[in-house]
Amino acid sequence: MDLFEYQARDMFEAYGVPVLQGLIADTPEEVEAAAAKIGGVVVVKAQVKAGGRGKAGGVKVAKTPEEAKELSKNIFGLNIKDHIVKRVMVAQGASIAQEFYFSVLLDRSNRTFLSLCSVEGGMEIEQLAEERPEALAKVPVDATKGIDLATALDIAKQGGFDDELAAKVAPVFVKLYEVFVKEDTTLVEVNPLVLTTDGQIIALDGKVSLDDNAEFRHERESMERDELDPLEAKAKAMDLNYVKLDGEVGIIGNGAGLVMSTLDVVAYAGERHGGVKPANFLDIGGGASAEVMAAGLDVILNDPQVKSVFVNVFGGITACDAVANGIVGALKTLGDSASKPLVVRLDGNNVLEGRYILEQAAHPLVTVVDTMDEAADKAAELANR
Amino acid sequence: MAIFLDENSRIIVQGMTGSEGMKHTRRMLLGGSNIVGGVNPRKAGETVDVEGKQLPVFGTVAEAMSATGANVTVIFVPPAFAKAAMIEAIDAEIALAVAITEGIPVHDSAEAWAYNVSKGQKTRLIGPNCPGIISPGKSNAGITPSDITGPGPIGLVSKSGTLTYQMMFELRDIGMSTAIGIGGDPVIGTTHIDALAAFQADPETKAIVLIGEIGGDSEEKAAAYIKENVTKPVVAYVAGFTAPEGKTMGHAGAIVSGSAGTAQAKKEAFEAAGVKVGKTPSETAALMREVFKSL
Repeated sequence: MDLFEYQARDMFEAYGVPVLQGLIADTPEEVEAAAAKIGGVVVVKAQVKAGGRGKAGGVKVAKTPEEAKELSKNIFGLNIKDHIVKRVMVAQGASIAQEFYFSVLLDRSNRTFLSLCSVEGGMEIEQLAEERPEALAKVPVDATKGIDLATALDIAKQGGFDDELAAKVAPVFVKLYEVFVKEDTTLVEVNPLVLTTDGQIIALDGKVSLDDNAEFRHERESMERDELDPLEAKAKAMDLNYVKLDGEVGIIGNGAGLVMSTLDVVAYAGERHGGVKPANFLDIGGGASAEVMAAGLDVILNDPQVKSVFVNVFGGITACDAVANGIVGALKTLGDSASKPLVVRLDGNNVLEGRYILEQAAHPLVTVVDTMDEAADKAAELANR
Repeated sequence: MAIFLDENSRIIVQGMTGSEGMKHTRRMLLGGSNIVGGVNPRKAGETVDVEGKQLPVFGTVAEAMSATGANVTVIFVPPAFAKAAMIEAIDAEIALAVAITEGIPVHDSAEAWAYNVSKGQKTRLIGPNCPGIISPGKSNAGITPSDITGPGPIGLVSKSGTLTYQMMFELRDIGMSTAIGIGGDPVIGTTHIDALAAFQADPETKAIVLIGEIGGDSEEKAAAYIKENVTKPVVAYVAGFTAPEGKTMGHAGAIVSGSAGTAQAKKEAFEAAGVKVGKTPSETAALMREVFKSL
């Protein structure tokens, strides 16, 4: 999960990373009050998880609370790369002498952590990496050792900082690494990290990505999250691994790889059947029970875009008879509201029992097909009727 | 032969006495694996009856190894304790550690991996978040059903669990030397390349199926490795052609960001290395059958 800028700011502050005062506001009136509280020049910044906020008109400097209020009226409701601005951060203004870049992230390719650092900041990192690759230091960080002051100094020097500046930024790098580890993040980026005209180092804008697997050891319940599609929210409440897509064939499968593969096979089949596409990704996981199967069907059958459903299960731990019972049970519960055809392909653990259960139930909406390819073709055909 | 796991493998289970651990210990035993004990510090000294076999429980991996001669451990402990379990296995220098656990924080996996590197990689780590490894007819360390396919000349390496099963099923008429699910997490121990190198060196393996999916650059690296180092025929499959950018598809690692990591980029990398890529699992299996016709 990516954080909003204000959440990253608050997190930095909690670890002693120098940041400027910043208050969130959801209305122009709140903006005015926040600006008055902070005093002096403020910056009103749109809180969306998208780059290019400045160019889109989502960042404005105001000299007075009244001006901040007026400017914010044009920021609220702004569409920045398909993100609608609903909240802004009113931040204290800064007098910037110099801009730098620093980040630490998970380097998946090398199975290690990596720090990126440059004395030339301010522009987008992709642009810097392309235009001035020699100015961007890439320093691997040993996960068992981390970044101490000596390592931080070394990173700063590799990033082109002179001794005096390196000594100023290095303690900030150490604190940012602390955020990176203790908050279980996969990315902590500060761009720009600035030197103010009065000699302070400040993290002016921050990006933080959290590792969802680590939620169990953090208090994140109250954190503002992205608004989910209503079906995604329903699936999440049932603990299902669901992603809404833009198509007509509902997909349920077990195992992320098999479900991704099912999406592909359905898309290929769709090419023969009026261009129908997969409507979603839904992984019911290993060892899925009849209840999970029923919950999954419930979500998918409630998607008005769905015209047919393809259930594709290869039973490893998951037993095909449990899957079949889940389908039969769900159709019984849904009754007349279940009106979409289901194509089911079962293989693996207890496949014969599973197929037998579906055969005995003989539900008019259910078609059992032997192979994944044939089943995808049938589901696409039914979605195209 | 087979790779990493064979009839001489003596397996212990970390977390054997938990519900997942017990379920799969039973399944592995019934599938013919030589399970010799379990590890749980709170139940050390006890003995557990699993399908008529008396399995001793030890306090540590090291104790289990010295008492039973175990050379493989399968890790089923919950995510919060998985890092400690992996580090314990690495400290004991057991030859093979298979981490099945799903949902381990990536900092924990990264630390465990860095620790293994700092210790000279005396332990081969497979996973985490994987189905494990099976050498049909010889041994099974993990959660792969033992009866999908019998022994044969194909080596299989895959990021995905159920796709591993699907491919074993598709090619059950030919059979496999070893099938490894390396896992779909961002940080894993054994990579596609490690498996390719071992299959290339294994006389029993005549051809290799490689299954990848969107995210990361493991497939691109594997393609470059194949071009330089693998003389046996390789057929590849990549899942996720229709996955949208920026959405995580189940596996923590299966996310496409920007142009890197797309299924198309991976397919092109394989084809540039002379590796045939199937559009679907069944087409991939058909390509493999053609390979065997010409061998």
